Amino acid sequence: MCLAIPGKLIEVSTDTHGVRMGKANFGGIVKAVCLEYTPEVLVGDYVLVHVGFALSKVDEEEAARTYKALEQLQQLGELDTPDVEEEQTAAEFFDSSPPQKKSAA
Amino acid sequence: MKFLDEYRDEALATKIVDEIKRTVTRPWVLMEVCGGQTHSIVKYGIDRLLPDEIELVHGPGCPVCVTSLEMIDKAHAIAQRPDVIFCSFGDMLRVPGSQDDLLILKSRGADVRVVYSPIDCLKIARANPDKKIVFFAIGFETTAPSNAMSVWQAKQQGIKNFSVLVSHVLVPPSIASILQSPLNRVQGFLGPGHVCTVMGYREYEPLAARFKVPIVITGFEPIDILQGTLMTVRQLEAGTYEVENQYPRVVQREGNRVAQDLVNKVFEVCDRKWRGVGSIPKSGYKLRYEFHEHDAERLFEVKEIDTQEPADCISGLVLRGVKKPHDCACFGTICTPEHPLGATMVSAEGACAAYYAYGRHLEGQKREQKQPAEAA
Repeated sequence: MCLAIPGKLIEVSTDTHGVRMGKANFGGIVKAVCLEYTPEVLVGDYVLVHVGFALSKVDEEEAARTYKALEQLQQLGELDTPDVEEEQTAAEFFDSSPPQKKSAA
Repeated sequence: MKFLDEYRDEALATKIVDEIKRTVTRPWVLMEVCGGQTHSIVKYGIDRLLPDEIELVHGPGCPVCVTSLEMIDKAHAIAQRPDVIFCSFGDMLRVPGSQDDLLILKSRGADVRVVYSPIDCLKIARANPDKKIVFFAIGFETTAPSNAMSVWQAKQQGIKNFSVLVSHVLVPPSIASILQSPLNRVQGFLGPGHVCTVMGYREYEPLAARFKVPIVITGFEPIDILQGTLMTVRQLEAGTYEVENQYPRVVQREGNRVAQDLVNKVFEVCDRKWRGVGSIPKSGYKLRYEFHEHDAERLFEVKEIDTQEPADCISGLVLRGVKKPHDCACFGTICTPEHPLGATMVSAEGACAAYYAYGRHLEGQKREQKQPAEAA
């Protein structure tokens, strides 16, 4: 019931009643979305949609940071499980800004 | 698909599970609050990936399940009126009241319609000026902004033939109710990520401090749930009890202020009866008086209906994490999604229905129920 799905905003408009609306693409399915609660979002942003309403912009930087922190966990895990294959993500990890420990702590 | 597939990565899931195994030293009971999380956990078998020390019990966070029998009977009474078009989210259609469900009423000629969004009801209202359009406004805080907007827009646009039957419920009072119970086994919570997308998580901080339980606001994908579990277990092992945010890509501490403002304009907090649990003080929303023209309970003067839940059903204990579906003799035998006895079987997000959907009624109880450790 509290299901909410991330979709990419492909159109922003205002309907005849002055309500801020848009269209979001959910992996190929395009649906109308009410944007009254997310006045800051623009075409190209990912929004979290619940029963036709965008409730939040999906913060791509935050998502990347959390994921990187998890990848760090993956590498720490490899310290005591050395037989696991080398991960490409190691290079990506060290090329990027330091992950915030808080996200995974 | 972006922001979904990445969070279903099997190799990463295995690594988080390994980290949980390294972290845990004794038994802990964790509750995931939201029915969507329960569904993910059973669907992906996440509870069975975890070490034996960690038991996941399933929380009250399925609004379809906890909508009271009285309210469902009221909905059915309204839906049967010839002057009414009754609109609902699809998952309410099969929920049995004392006698029927909405689908049966529809088959008998009632005009019952499934809507994707409450705002769609306004279009139906404009197209049918000679009918009264009633929307069954259920949900947790996640859905409150959408339902509030439909009422707000109806008032703004002067749509007089639209009303809502409100049965909103709130998460923090239900968590407090679980923790106050002498039967409580829960030692840490995976908090409801989408509820907190709207409300933020400030109101969970006093709960964590008062009851000395860690609460980790958690998303809905397997990686989210595993990471939320790891964060909770780390706190339990360290003896801390803070509110942490596993889901920062959509949840901020303050939540969505714009949405909260409109919810507060349209709704006010009230006592609410939960199916299987009973009345919880200040655990729901009702319409404010300024919107009484759109209040279906007032407009249709539905009489108080006396209802009785089946005595055999233990859904109240399942909703509070005291029991699991397998503890019930009716589970999967006389109680199935086709013929549900009570709250946790009526919706796909109920714990019993999720267990049934993924075949667990065929297995018996594989994992012994574990005893909780001393409270941290």
